[in-house]
Amino acid sequence: MALGLCLLWGYGGMLSFGQTFFFGIGGYSYGVLATNFGGGGMTLVALLLALLLAALTAVILGYFMIWGRIGGVFFGIVTLSATLVLAFFLGQTAGPEWRIGNARLNGFNGMKGMDPLTIPWFGDSQIYFEGTYLFYLVVVLIVLVYLALRILVNSRFGNVMVAIREDPQRAELLGYDVRKYQLVTFVIGSALAALSGVMYTSWGQFIAPSSIGLPAAAMPIVWVAFSGRSDITAVLVGSFFILYFFQMITVHSQQAALVLMGAMMLATVMIAPQGFVVNVTRAIGRFVQRRKASAKEA
Amino acid sequence: MAEFLQATAISKTFGGLAAVSGVDLSVDEGEIHCLIGPNGAGKSTFFKLIVGTYAPTAGSIAFRGENITGMQPSARVRRGMSIKMQTPSVFKELPVRQNIHIALQHHVSKADLPREEDRLLDLMELSADANKLAGTLAHGQQQWLEIGMALALKPTLLLMDEPTAGMSTEETFRTGELIKSLNAQGMTVLVVEHDMAFIRQIAQRVTVLHFGKVFARGSIGEIITDPRVAEIYLGKTHVA
Repeated sequence: MALGLCLLWGYGGMLSFGQTFFFGIGGYSYGVLATNFGGGGMTLVALLLALLLAALTAVILGYFMIWGRIGGVFFGIVTLSATLVLAFFLGQTAGPEWRIGNARLNGFNGMKGMDPLTIPWFGDSQIYFEGTYLFYLVVVLIVLVYLALRILVNSRFGNVMVAIREDPQRAELLGYDVRKYQLVTFVIGSALAALSGVMYTSWGQFIAPSSIGLPAAAMPIVWVAFSGRSDITAVLVGSFFILYFFQMITVHSQQAALVLMGAMMLATVMIAPQGFVVNVTRAIGRFVQRRKASAKEA
Repeated sequence: MAEFLQATAISKTFGGLAAVSGVDLSVDEGEIHCLIGPNGAGKSTFFKLIVGTYAPTAGSIAFRGENITGMQPSARVRRGMSIKMQTPSVFKELPVRQNIHIALQHHVSKADLPREEDRLLDLMELSADANKLAGTLAHGQQQWLEIGMALALKPTLLLMDEPTAGMSTEETFRTGELIKSLNAQGMTVLVVEHDMAFIRQIAQRVTVLHFGKVFARGSIGEIITDPRVAEIYLGKTHVA
């Protein structure tokens, strides 16, 4: 999710509050589909369909925003609105009439009981992605996504994305259709959020509207801003550490953790607008160079 | 044969203000055409209509016989136009070389990219600054970088809005010589300009805009000796 936002914001210049929107779409779609399909290998189909659904939603939402020339702050506002609408909508689905096939949406209590991701293995045995296996799967996915994004941002496409962030008009005047590039970026970033949503749902066999609402929606922005939005490596490292500490603090007090998040955001804006991880890395780089330089002199 | 670039009865109004009204302009293949006029004559508006950042209120624009009136700027660029805007708009946070790279990667194969980058950097006298961020260049150098990016597209028609704004006299002269040498290689150029010395240096044909309308047109010789043009624009003292 954070990597997707980094792509959107850091490279594409589009600040989206919609990461949890797509997280939610991915998670709920997976929940509904997996419940209806039953477990087994069909969970993979549910995964793919959930991603497809989220990507399709991103195409539609992105089309209206980008072709409508919504930019800057308003891009954030529209995505935030969409997120809140989805969260509230799912929140009021408590009654038994809100069901899709066999799947109850359950309002604020959230969906549960869908089967985790499963791969049919040789013969009759199956691999359930639970516990440790799921953890490895997530690690593998993160590495794959990270590598794929690295390739993407260093490709022609990545160059154009950066160009559009720097100066959309100039990019347009170099013959690039800015809107198409922005839409593709938006869809990729959103699909990554949806992938996170699917993994989350599969992990806890649970998803609730609180994963979509305002506090949740602000989180990825804090992670990415704190880490340094212009570098996917920094975002990967930063998000990992933030989440790690966040979990540690949450054990004692959830409120304290949220307050700390807010404080971190403020600190980022005031002290290190480029992001802490990026700044720390640069400082270390300078320090090492100075050491090298003084070593040469001596 | 159809005109190379043909604007027909083109108008643009902002609210009640007619910035450009009923302008006809044709640019022939292979010429350097200058568009001049006093401040507020509608030069820049007209330029943006040609580029496609503004949509005209009325009239049509054709490029090499194709109607491009409703096209996106990017589509016009892909048809062979290339644009240098008035204020230098380069990617300030990126190195000079990457600026050129982004402009080139369209149509140059990966193997040829470094050589083409070097050629353009050399042409624009920016080789020494290739790794600097574009935003740290002097104003005149940024203008040159942007001209380099415009040339990277290998245009058949180069459109420039006040390319020498903010340049020193010497830089302005060199820009003029560059434009003339590009033109000698067959590039058609349309320049919107203010600086009369520069126009005398490069222009072949001149169109004068005044209050959004064509006021006069002719060869550079005819225009600078036209007393009416002198009156509205050059100021009588400049004619001698």
